[in-house]
Amino acid sequence: MKKSMTGARMVVQALIDQGVDVVFGYPGGAVLPIYDEIFQQNQIRHVLVRHEQAAVHAAEGYARSTGKPGVCLVTSGPGATNAVTGLTDALMDSIPIVVLTGQVPTFMIGNDAFQEADTVGITRPCTKHNWLVKETDLLSGVIHEAFHVAKSGRPGPVLVDIPKDVQFANGTYTTKDKVNMRHYQPRMHGDAEIIAELADAIGRAERPILYTGGGVINSGDRATELLRELAELTGFPVTSTLMGLGAYPASGKQWLGMLGMHGRYEANLAMHGCDLMINIGARFDDRITGRVQDFSPGSKKAHIDIDPSSINKVIRVDMPIIGDVAHVLEALIAAWKAKGAKLQHEGLAKWWKKIDDWRAIDCLKFTQKGAVIKPQYALSRLEELTKDHDRYITTEVGQHQMWAAQYLNFNDPNRWMTSGGLGTMGYGFPASIGVQMAHPDALVINVAGEASWLMNMQEMGTAMQFRLPVKQFIMNNERLGMVRQWQELLHGERYSHSWSESLPDFVKLAEAFGAKGIRCSDPASLDDAIIEMLEYPGPVIFDCLVEKHENCFPMIPSGEAHNKMLLGAASTKDAIGTKGAVMV
Amino acid sequence: MSALKIKKGTSRHSAYDLRDPNSTVIESHTLAVVVDNEAGVLARVIGLFSGRGYNIDSLTVAEFDHLGHRSRITIVTSGTPSVIEQIKAQLGRIIPVHEVHDLTVEGPTVERELALFKVGGKGDQRVEALRLADIFRANVVDSTLESFVFEVTGTPEKVDAFAELMRPLGLLEVARTGVAALGRGGVV
Repeated sequence: MKKSMTGARMVVQALIDQGVDVVFGYPGGAVLPIYDEIFQQNQIRHVLVRHEQAAVHAAEGYARSTGKPGVCLVTSGPGATNAVTGLTDALMDSIPIVVLTGQVPTFMIGNDAFQEADTVGITRPCTKHNWLVKETDLLSGVIHEAFHVAKSGRPGPVLVDIPKDVQFANGTYTTKDKVNMRHYQPRMHGDAEIIAELADAIGRAERPILYTGGGVINSGDRATELLRELAELTGFPVTSTLMGLGAYPASGKQWLGMLGMHGRYEANLAMHGCDLMINIGARFDDRITGRVQDFSPGSKKAHIDIDPSSINKVIRVDMPIIGDVAHVLEALIAAWKAKGAKLQHEGLAKWWKKIDDWRAIDCLKFTQKGAVIKPQYALSRLEELTKDHDRYITTEVGQHQMWAAQYLNFNDPNRWMTSGGLGTMGYGFPASIGVQMAHPDALVINVAGEASWLMNMQEMGTAMQFRLPVKQFIMNNERLGMVRQWQELLHGERYSHSWSESLPDFVKLAEAFGAKGIRCSDPASLDDAIIEMLEYPGPVIFDCLVEKHENCFPMIPSGEAHNKMLLGAASTKDAIGTKGAVMV
Repeated sequence: MSALKIKKGTSRHSAYDLRDPNSTVIESHTLAVVVDNEAGVLARVIGLFSGRGYNIDSLTVAEFDHLGHRSRITIVTSGTPSVIEQIKAQLGRIIPVHEVHDLTVEGPTVERELALFKVGGKGDQRVEALRLADIFRANVVDSTLESFVFEVTGTPEKVDAFAELMRPLGLLEVARTGVAALGRGGVV
C-alpha cells in the first residue's frame, strides 16, 4: 500500500518505524514543519536540549548505553554547525547516531539565505555518510538507509539534511523493508584460514594477552559473552582500552585493568612482553601504542576488526581478521576446540607468575592523608558507595576521566560512556542526560572536572525540565588538570592559562536551576555527602573540592614505549624528551 | 597538478607480495574506483585524500553507466606501500564506492591520457612543430596562420615528452585530461 504524506510527517513516521522512542533536539525556522508533526503525536518523546552540541552528546549517551542509534533533530545553519563536534566525537568512537538537520528550501540553497550553511559539505568528513534530500519521494527511503548505515558494520554518525520545502511537499512513503543498500554489505565473517592460524597460535602461546576495545561493545552482548568464554577457556590475561571497559568484568580474575598512557603497569608490561597479542575490536590508538617502533616488539599479533582500514594502519599485524567480533570469536573458539583445545599450561603459569609480580607493584596505590580530598580517594569512595547500584557512568575529559577509568570498576558493557577518540570536554553532562532518558530508574553519574563541566552547564535546564536525576560529580581542582600536568612535565612548570578563574559557586548554581547542590572538601565527611547525593531524587551538582596539584599516574610519557612507564611523581624529572614533546 | 614524474614501482604484479611492508620507497599506483554517480561523491573521494594527507597526481572522472548512474574515478596516487594499502582501505569505506581496483597491482594495464597543446610560431619553428606532431601521431584540431592546437593521446610519459619538445617551439597552453586506465585482457 502506497501512502502519500508530507515530508515532515514522513520523518516522524520513519522514526517510529525505526523504533525510535526519544529524539534530542532544538527547533528553528528550517525544521518547523517537523516540529509541528512532533507536536501532533505521542509515540516519540522529544528532549529539548539547551545547545545542539548537547543534543548530539545526549544521543551518543543514549546509543552507547542501549546499543540502539541515538537520534537528533536540529535546525539549519547554526543548528547544524553546533552539531559538528558531536558528530566528530561519534565518528572517532564509532557511536551510531542519526542527525536530522533542517535546510533552507531547495530554491534558496546557494543564495547565502538566512541560516544557510553547506551542512553536507561541512559534515562530510565527520560523518560515516550524509545525504541532502531534494525530493520528498526519496526522503523516507533515505532515512531508513541512514539508520542502516549508522548501525551496521563499524557504527558511526550519519546526517540527513532536509530542505524546508521538502518537508512541506507531499510524497510517497517508502517502508523500511523496501530499502536496498545494494553494494553496502559490511563483512561479518572472518577469513577461516586466518582464524585457524590464530587458533593454532593460541595453542602455542606462552605469553598471550587479549587486548580488547570498543568494538566488542559495539558488536553487542553476544560478543561480550564470547569474549568472556574465550578468556575462561584459555585462561589468558585480558586488558582493554578506555572504550572497551566492561566487556570483560573488572571483577574477573584475569582482568589486568585498562592499558595505555594512563593504564595499569601490569597491563602495559604484559602488552610489551607478550608473545601473542590478540586485538579484539581495538584500533592501536596512539594512547595505547606509545612509541610505535617499540610497541610489543616480540609478539605475533592478531587483529579482529570489522573495518579493513584499521588493519595495518598503525601496527602491522601477522593475522588480520576482518569481521564482526561476535562472528569471529564464535568461529575462533570452535576452531580452537576442533584442534584439540591446546594450551601451553606450563608457559602460561610462568606468564601469570610474572604478571602477578607486576600486579604486586600496585600501581594505583595512593595514600589519603591530611585535610584535602585526593581525587583518587573521592573516586574510590564513589565506587564503594555505588557499586551495588544499577549504575551508569559518563565522564568529561581530562585527569578525572583517567582516574574514573582507573578507580571505578565496570562489570558489564554499555555502562561506561566517555569521549575517547576526540577527547571532547563537555561530553559527559549531556551524555548523562541521554543515558538517563534511556534508563530512567538507573543511577547515572557524570564524573567531571569543573572546567569540562562548564562547557555544557546549560544542560542543567534540560535535566530539570525532564526530571532527569543525573548526578554531576565534579572533582573541582580549580585547574585544567591534565593541561597543568603536561605543563609541569613538559613546559617548565609555566602554567599558561590552565587554571579555572572566577568559578561559579556550584551549590548556588544548582539552586538557581532548582536542583540540589552539595559541596564537600573534608575527607571525613565525603561518604556522608556522597550518600546524600545518592539519596536525593533529582539532579545534583556535587562540588567535590580536591587536591589541586595531583598528577595522574601511572603514565607512559608521550613518545615512549610501554616499558618506560612512570609510576609516580619521583620518576617524572625530564621524563619526556624533546621528541615526545611534539606529540600530544 | 604536478607533472607525472614519479617513478613507477620497480616491482610489479605478483612480486608485490614480496615487497617490504615497511618500505619507505614512494610508489606510483593507478586506482580505479567505481562509485554511484550521486551528488558529492567526488568531494568525498577528494576530501579523503586531502583530509588524510594523501597525494593525487592525476584524477579523471566520468559516468560510464548512464542507466545505473555509476562513475569511474581513475586516480594516480603515490606513497609508500603501507600508505597505498591505507588509501585503498579508506576508499572502500566510503558508502557510495562499489569497487576499488589497484590496477598497478592487478596486472598489466593500458593507461592513456589525452592532451591539447596550443603552439604559436612562424616559419621554421612552425614546420618543426608540425613534423614532431606527426612523429607523435598528434592531430591538428585547430589552426591559424600563427598557431596550431594539437591533440595527443598516449601514456602520461608520452604526453610529457611531447610537451618538452613543444616548449622551445612556442608552446602557449596545455590542457590534459589525466589518466584513464583499464586492465589488459578479457578479464574484468
